[in-house]
Amino acid sequence: MKSSVITFPGSNCDRDMDVALKKFGFNNKMVWHDDIELPKSDLVVLPGGFSYGDYLRCGSMASKSKIMQSVINFAKSGGLVMGICNGFQILVESGLVPGVLLRNKYLEFICKNVFVKINNKDNPYFKNLNKEVFELHIAHNEGNYFCTRDQLKEIEDNNQIAIYYCNDNGETKEISNPNGSINNIAGIFNKEKNVLGMMPHPERMIDQSLSGEDGSIFFKNLINNIK
Amino acid sequence: MKISAIITLKKDVLDPQGKVIHKTLDGMGFKDVNGVRQGKYFEIDVNENDPTKARGLVEDMCKKLLTNLVIENYKIIETQ
Repeated sequence: MKSSVITFPGSNCDRDMDVALKKFGFNNKMVWHDDIELPKSDLVVLPGGFSYGDYLRCGSMASKSKIMQSVINFAKSGGLVMGICNGFQILVESGLVPGVLLRNKYLEFICKNVFVKINNKDNPYFKNLNKEVFELHIAHNEGNYFCTRDQLKEIEDNNQIAIYYCNDNGETKEISNPNGSINNIAGIFNKEKNVLGMMPHPERMIDQSLSGEDGSIFFKNLINNIK
Repeated sequence: MKISAIITLKKDVLDPQGKVIHKTLDGMGFKDVNGVRQGKYFEIDVNENDPTKARGLVEDMCKKLLTNLVIENYKIIETQ
């Protein structure tokens, strides 16, 4: 299975993602933002970080970089595109998933483990997972998911909410909402469910000695779903 | 020719920075403030001397990059 991780100026989780993808069997290539052609891929990942120093709006500059036209075409033709953290911000700025990510409600950079609950398994990312609640890491300043009321209705009607922030029992209450996101939304799909954007970092949870293994479960399942 | 654009958050979008600024102003003794909303201001020097065309150019930039129309509005405020 072939994957590509795009490196933008200011990306800093690109190498972690490379390590994670390779660990679970992907043949991963790193792709520079200024390239025009995307290598043949089964999965494209927009990694976390601070692309272009978060200037203007997080992800806004990266969404206009040269490689993004190929990524958008790849996504439009049904290819799997996953954006983590800053990658999620790039996805919303590209219009590949609806909504925006605002500054965290309490103006704090949040760096901690959270629990997320999978909302929809009818997609290549979460299909066949026999676990609902995952412990993953978040580290962001702008992760406060926002969309208009009409958009919210549309994404709910189309079952586009991927994951919610929750407690360890999977209850999605306001107290488990770290950043003020509408309805505790931590990740969403596009309409077709081939594009996934989420704030938590599964690539940081692939080693028991460092953090935890919930990311491993996600990646192992993902590669099996793509095969 | 120089064109300016102001980007503001839409009415329903939470502006925590504006709120904190409001609170701080209040703490400093500025008691007559009803609300603060923080925005962005751009001065763009374009290689175009026709005011209508220059405005059109900046408007295009606002739509394509400077503004996220889900949460923000833009206003082209000045032509010089």
